[in-house]
This record gives sequence, C-alpha cells and structure tokens, in this order.
Amino acid sequence: MSLSSSAARPTAGSTARRSHSGLLQAWLPKLVLAPSAAISLFFVYGFMLWTFVLSLTNSRMLPSYEFVGFAQYARLMANDRWWVASTNLVVFGGLFVAICLALGLVLAILLDQRIRQEGALRTIYLYPMALSFIVTGVVWKWLLNPGLGIQAMVRSWGFENFRFDWLVDPDMAVYTLVIAAVWQASGFVMALFLAGLRGIDDSILKAAQLDGASLPRIYWRVVIPCLRPVVFSAVMILSHIAIKSFDLVVALTGGGPGYASDLPATFMYAHAFTRAQIGLGSASAMLMLGGVLAILIPYLYSELRSRRHG
Amino acid sequence: MTLLANPFRKTALALATAAAASLTFSVQAAEVEVLHWWTSGGEARAANVLKELMEAEGYGWEDFAVAGGGGETAMTVLKSRAMSGNPPSAAQIKGPEIQEWGELGLLGELDEVAEAEGWDELLPPTVADVMRHNGSYVAVPVNVHRVNWLWANPQVLAAAGVEMPTTLDELFAAGEAIREAGYIPLAHGGQAWQDATVFESVLLASGGTEFYQQALVELDPEALGSERMIEALETFKRLRELMDADMSGRDWNIATSMVIEGSAGMQLMGDWAKGEFTAAGLTAGEEYLCAAAPGTQDAFTFNIDSLAMFRVEGEEREAQQALARLVLEPTFQEAFNLAKGSIPARPDLDMSGFDVCAQQSMDDFQRTAEEGGLVPSMAHGMAVRADVQGAIFDVVTNYFNSRDMAAEEAARRMVNAAQAAL
Amino acid sequence: MDNVIRRRTLGARLGRAMLYAVLLLAALFYLLPLAVMLITSVKPLAEITPGTLLSLPREPTLAPWGKAWGEACTGMRCEGIGVYFFNSIAIVVPAVLISTAIGALNGYALTKWRFKGSELLFALMLFGCFIPFQVVLLPMAQTLGWLGLSSSRAGLILVHVIFGIAFTTLFFRNFYVAVPTELVSAAKLDGAGFFRIFWRILLPVSAPIIVVSVIWQFTQIWNDFLFGVAFSAHNTQPVTVALNNLVNTSTGAREYNVDMAAAMIAALPTLIVYVLAGKYFVRGLTAGSVKG
Repeated sequence: MSLSSSAARPTAGSTARRSHSGLLQAWLPKLVLAPSAAISLFFVYGFMLWTFVLSLTNSRMLPSYEFVGFAQYARLMANDRWWVASTNLVVFGGLFVAICLALGLVLAILLDQRIRQEGALRTIYLYPMALSFIVTGVVWKWLLNPGLGIQAMVRSWGFENFRFDWLVDPDMAVYTLVIAAVWQASGFVMALFLAGLRGIDDSILKAAQLDGASLPRIYWRVVIPCLRPVVFSAVMILSHIAIKSFDLVVALTGGGPGYASDLPATFMYAHAFTRAQIGLGSASAMLMLGGVLAILIPYLYSELRSRRHG
Repeated sequence: MTLLANPFRKTALALATAAAASLTFSVQAAEVEVLHWWTSGGEARAANVLKELMEAEGYGWEDFAVAGGGGETAMTVLKSRAMSGNPPSAAQIKGPEIQEWGELGLLGELDEVAEAEGWDELLPPTVADVMRHNGSYVAVPVNVHRVNWLWANPQVLAAAGVEMPTTLDELFAAGEAIREAGYIPLAHGGQAWQDATVFESVLLASGGTEFYQQALVELDPEALGSERMIEALETFKRLRELMDADMSGRDWNIATSMVIEGSAGMQLMGDWAKGEFTAAGLTAGEEYLCAAAPGTQDAFTFNIDSLAMFRVEGEEREAQQALARLVLEPTFQEAFNLAKGSIPARPDLDMSGFDVCAQQSMDDFQRTAEEGGLVPSMAHGMAVRADVQGAIFDVVTNYFNSRDMAAEEAARRMVNAAQAAL
Repeated sequence: MDNVIRRRTLGARLGRAMLYAVLLLAALFYLLPLAVMLITSVKPLAEITPGTLLSLPREPTLAPWGKAWGEACTGMRCEGIGVYFFNSIAIVVPAVLISTAIGALNGYALTKWRFKGSELLFALMLFGCFIPFQVVLLPMAQTLGWLGLSSSRAGLILVHVIFGIAFTTLFFRNFYVAVPTELVSAAKLDGAGFFRIFWRILLPVSAPIIVVSVIWQFTQIWNDFLFGVAFSAHNTQPVTVALNNLVNTSTGAREYNVDMAAAMIAALPTLIVYVLAGKYFVRGLTAGSVKG
C-alpha cells in the first residue's frame, strides 16, 4: 500500500484544491448510489404503486383506468381459491424456511467435522441450486407420482402397502412443494452455514473448551449465536425464494389437485394473465406483498439495528 | 459418435449464423412475425407448410413460438408485447378472446381477402361469427377440433364383452364390465382443463344441447343453479369410479397412451388424441375406435384454432393479407389437419385423404351446422371469457377432487362464478 | 474445531460411522433426481412408460441427447436447443458483469462512506429482492416500450440488471462491512479519493465476494424464464424458452427422454459453474465473515 508515500505534504496552494475535491468526495458516494436508488424507486416502488392503482380499477386484459374502489379486494376476500393460496403460502413458506435452516445447519456442522471427501459431498449438496425450479419441479413430479415414482419403486421391491401419494392428495399436495424446494435450497443454506462456521474465531472456542464445556453445549451456547448474521442472510434468500415460488408450483403440481396447492404467485399470474383479470390479480399481488412485508420489516429492522451496534 | 457428429456440426454453423444475424439486421421485403404454440414435431411439420407457402410467394416468416398451457404462456407474452406497443403481425388467438383484443382496437381487418376468397359463403355462420369483430373479419380459422369424442381400445372392449357405449348409462355399464375384466375403464388426467372437458360432455349428454347453451354459453343463472345442473354434476362425479386413483396431474397424452397400450379401455378427449394413436401406428376404426361422447351424437363441441391479425401497415400488411389467404386455401388446410387430427375449417374440402374418424367428424360438423347442435367448447375457451372460464374451472375441478362437497354446493358456486365477472 | 481432542474410543468411532452414514444418506437424497434425469435421458422411448423411474435401460442410447441438441422442434424450427445457447450467453454475460459492478460500488459506498440515511437506503433497496416478477411484467413491458427497447436484447439485459442490483448490493455490502475501516480512513486522510480507494484497497480483496455474486447472478439469469419469454424477440430467445417449447408442447407427442436430455443440457453451464467454483463459493462466503 503505497498511498501514504505518494501523498504530498499539504501546502498552502493545495489546501484550496483539497476542499474542492473534498466537496466532490462528499457527494461522490451519493452520486454513485443515485442510479441504483432511482432504479429502486422507479422499478420497485413505482411499479408497486402502479400495481396498487390497478388494483383499484376494472382492468381486464390490459390496464384500464376505470376506478371501482376496493371492489377487487372484496372479490378477493370472497374467493375460496385465494384463501387456499394464502394459507398454503404460510404453510409452505414457514416449513420451507425452517427445514432449510435446520437441515442446512445440521449438514454444515456435520461437514465441518474434518470429513474426508468434504469437497465432493459439499458439491453434491450444493448442485441442486444450479438447476432452475422448472427442472426441479418436473423431476420431482415424476418422483412423487404414485404410479411412476417412489411409491411404485418401493412397491416393486415387495412392500405392497407402501403409500406415498401426497402428490395426488388435496390435503398433502402442498407438502410436496416443501420437499422439492428444500431439496433445491438446503445445500445453499448449508454452504452459508459452513462458511459461517469456518469464520468463527478459534479463540472463542478454545476458551469455551478450556472452561470444560462439552461439544454439544459449545455448539448450542457459542457457535449458533455467532451464526446470527448467517441466519439473517439465509432467511432473506429463503424468503425471497418462497415468495417467488411460481415455476415450482407450475411444474410440480400445477396448483392441483384442483387448486389445493396453489400459491399467491400462481394465483396472481392465473388471474392477471390467463383469465384477463388484471384488477383482481393486482389486488392479490398487493395483499401478497403486504403480508410478506409485514413479516420482513420487523425482522429487517431488528437485524440491521443490532448489526449497527454489534 | 457419428450419431452426434451431424447435430454438432450443424450447431456450429447455426451459432455462427445466429451470431452474424444478431449483428446485422437482415430484413426481407415483406415479412410476418407469427406467435403460436405449435411446438411438437408433428405440429411443426404441419405449420411449416404454411411457412413454405409464404416463402414461395416471396414473403418472410419470423417464427415466434411459445409453448405451454395450451397457449397460456403465449398469451401472456402477447399481452406484454401489446403493452410495449410492439405486437406481432399475427397470433394464435381463439374464441371470445378475439373480441376482447378487437375491443382494444389492436386488430387489423381482413375484409379484402374475405371478399376475394368468398369466406362468407365458405364458412358456416357459427364459425364466421367467431372470426369477426364489429362486422369485419379480424381472424382466420386454421382448423376445427371436435371436443366431444370417446376413444377406445377394441381389444379391451372385447375382453370385457362390451360395445362402444352410446349413452351415459351404457358408459357406466361398460365401465363396470371393463373393471371386472381387470382393466381401467376410463383413462383420465386430473388437470383442470381435462376435468372441464369431461364435464362439458357429461353436461351435454345429461342436459341436452339447449341446456348446455343456456348454462355454459349464455351463463343463465337459473340454468346454472337448476336441478339439471345438479344432476349433471353428480353424474360427472360418478365418473370418478371409472378412473384410476393415480390420475391427478397426469398429462392427457399419458392417459391416451394407457388406452393405446391396453391398460385402459376408454378416454373422453378431443380429437387431438388421434395424433397419439396415429403416431403409434394404429389404424382408425380397426385398432382404435372413435365415437361421439356417449349421449352427444347430435352435438358437435367445437374448438377452433385461429390466427388473429394485428393492425400493421405497409409491406407487413401485404404479407399479412397473403398469410390470411393462404391459411384457408386447400393446400395448407389439408396438410395441417391431416397432421393435427382435426378437420379443415373449410367444409368444401375433399375428405377422401382423411381417416374414418375425421370423415365422421366432418359429416357431423356439417349436419349440426345445419340442424343445430354445433356448440362452442367452454373448456377450450370458445364459449365464454377467460375469467369466467377460469372461475368455472375452479368450481369443477375442486368439486371433482373434493371428498365431501355436495353437488348443490357446486352448482351454487357455478352461479357465483358466472356472476363474479365485473 | 481442529483443536478438539479426539479420543479413539469405541463410542467415538461409532459416532464417526454414524456421521458418515448420515452424510451419505443425505447425499443419496440430493442425488436421486439427478440419477433419474440421467437414466431417463438415455432410455429409448419405448422403455419409459412401462418401467419405473430408476429401472436401468436395457438399450441405453445417446440419441435423445443428439436430438435435444440439434434436431428437436422448438417451434417451427427443429434445430434443437443448441442454437439458443448463444442467445443466453449474450444476455447473461453483460447482465452479470454490469450488475456485479454496480453492486460492488453500491456496497462500497454504503459501508465506507456512510452518510445520514445510508442504512435506510440499503434497507429500502433490499425490497427489490422480494418483488415477484409476475407483478412487474406488464409495467416493465410498458416501460421498455417507452424506452424503445421492446423485444430487444439490450432491453432484456437492462431488466436483469435492474432486478439483480438488490442482490449484488446485499452481497457486497455484507462483505465490505467486515473489511476494516481503518485502512479506508487512513487512505482518506492521505487524500485518496473515492474511486482510488476502491480500486487500490477494496477491489483487490473482493475476489471471494465477486465470485459469490457472479455465481448467484449467473444462475438466476441463466435459469430465468419469465423475463426471457416476455421480453425477447423470436431471434433472441434464451435457452430456457427453447427448453420450455420443447418440453411443454400442449397437444403434440412428448418424448420424455429428449426432454430430460434437453433439461440437462440447458442446466450444464450452471451445473459446471457450481461444481467447479463451488469451493470458491464457500471460500467467498467464508471470507465475508472473517472478523479482522
């Protein structure tokens, strides 16, 4: 780093120059951030606002601006399929995030135990993230199909009474979404946790050992709290996947049987586009986003605050 | 490795050409950009006939294919293109949706071609009405699919000792016999559109053509909530007894293959199923049987694929007019429909090159056009707007899959579905 | 955990065996779908419907792969999905580079040049991660129309950059937060400017997080379907659109072996990236949490 040696000693003449460049320097970060801020403002918040406006209109196939107040929201509330979709999101999202975190953490802890072939195992756990959800959905659709997949296979091994037909069961179909999504994303969470584990300062661990703490206790009391920032990143990424889960539903269950495994994203798409009901679709999008933000804002707030002080 | 050598070499060439093409923008004299979802091998070959006809006349064809959902994804893309002010020259739009696009003022008219080619005399009035908006032709029909068909494997029927059922009662009786003989009576794929396809055939049989028209086309709330509807729904639900337990989410062509292989006896599906039988090398009337869906011999539920034309100008318009003309000309009509399994949109075509099922279909088409009974398919977007269709789908599929929903409840929801449209 | 003394008792060895058993079981779970895809893609069509998923083909053949690459129909073109690779690359490479660069600068500005409201700005920008693409499809289409970029490659790249910035900013910001501020403060005192500090101090240590960001963006954009299908013209369609056309034909014959082969071919670039760069990925994530 030769910056310090190349700096000239301040002279009378260069002070004036310094204050000019100082002003520029003060503004430069903001200038650099400005395009991204503007993009965010227009393309994220602007579009959300536009969606809100549309949810107050009578738009069908393409946007129109005939206002009907909150009629679309009323229709939405009376729509059975919407309630099914919303409940499914809570179930799916909750299970997906929880299981991915748990599985990822467990796998990371196990992998951290100086395993031979750690690289190969890690690749095996991680590769599903490389696939698109469409591919994941198609393959798991086959695997979970009672007549073609796992149930058929196990039965062909002699276990005649084995049942694994969640895919065709209206009550259980949503859990098949969880299985496929966990398969795809848990390896990534594992990588995050593994990185986090490796980043923990050894001195803290040594101190705990010297105090005579057992291995599980060390993990529980020392390691896991240190992983809080990792959990934050993981939750952010997992939630984003859960909310955007569209391709997976379309490919795996098609929202079925009936509409038992529908999610708000597919509901919105089906109504806004296929059924030429942009007004209703926009209302559903607003509610979906609202619900998500209601959960994420408090979480973000608490995390970012503690980070500042941490 | 010679198996792979050719495709890879072709790829290198294609990649190079693509690279070159994307740098320069090659514009032909007059060309059309056509949005469609004819993406399978057979459909592609059939549609290519049109492309070659266009090219023979000196027009270019920019192929814009988007598969998925029977056109769902393609329609989404179309809307996005329309929003950006840049729609294609023509798109595969059908049924009432043509009217919706017309109302937005985005469609161009084809009256010159229509007059020159005599479309008014050629097409049955029911068909022509779908293609017109505000009195002008805005779309050209490509084919006519019949939805109310029953397909069967004659060996399975023989093993069970039954004939092709002609009424709903015979269907249930035959189904029982087939199940006793150890086969699956009715192959079905548990997807919303397939459920709806079967439902509308049952409604047609159980309630008659007029009732179908009142309920599913005109959306008369009295008809939708009536006893006849409840009866139709219950009969529909009973059909579940004839199906196997694994049918949820199954693709329609897998169900057809069950009939082809002989593990199932029958399937209620539109005439595109014929393509599967043909691809398996079977002969119509001998190795597979086709008949009108039980109880619907005097009805023809139509599903017409059509290309709607967007408002364009200059050379593109010239090419577009040529496209419209070529679509209805005998050359394309024969080639395309032979491959697709549907019948030509022009009834005056010589059907001798078509198989017995197609010939019967054409006879029934002309007969019902004259005597009544030619009805649009609700399940395939020909009868009502997309939102109502979707709402009805929701009711039908949910009822079909639920354990304890009563038919009365389903009928009540149908009435709501029809009225929910704002 | 290196300093934990391992006693070679029976209990410890049993524990070790259990450890490996669990890990191997997990590996089977993750590998099962891949195995199914591979096996199906080399089966002749006649063997697919009768057999079960994992039944090995009696007559394995590579014909489906050849067909998927060079001959399968994706519309009226029957040239396989190979020709669409170029389109995808032409979209992905610029989008990844641009969004990573912007994310890096943003992360740097947000962490080393804090000003009043910078944390709030970060939080607000973060919401860009959550907006489902279906919601922005139509307004985006209209905006692209206004900008004259409808159905063009540049338009599609722009869309991917716009919606990638939230993520890349998140990655870089979290990484730079851990880089000691003293170095930057010292450089500021010495009179170094904004870009100079970035170029000389931060960029050299950013390799790990650049890898993370590039891998993430590459995967997201390569696998994207919705924007790719809505905003591309007939000659700029990415490989995901071609794959969809191949696999999702509505009323035509379906060849599942070709479908699986095509899906694998389309997934190869991202798979290769994850397999080869996986360890850099973890290293990159690790480096981000090193406390100085």
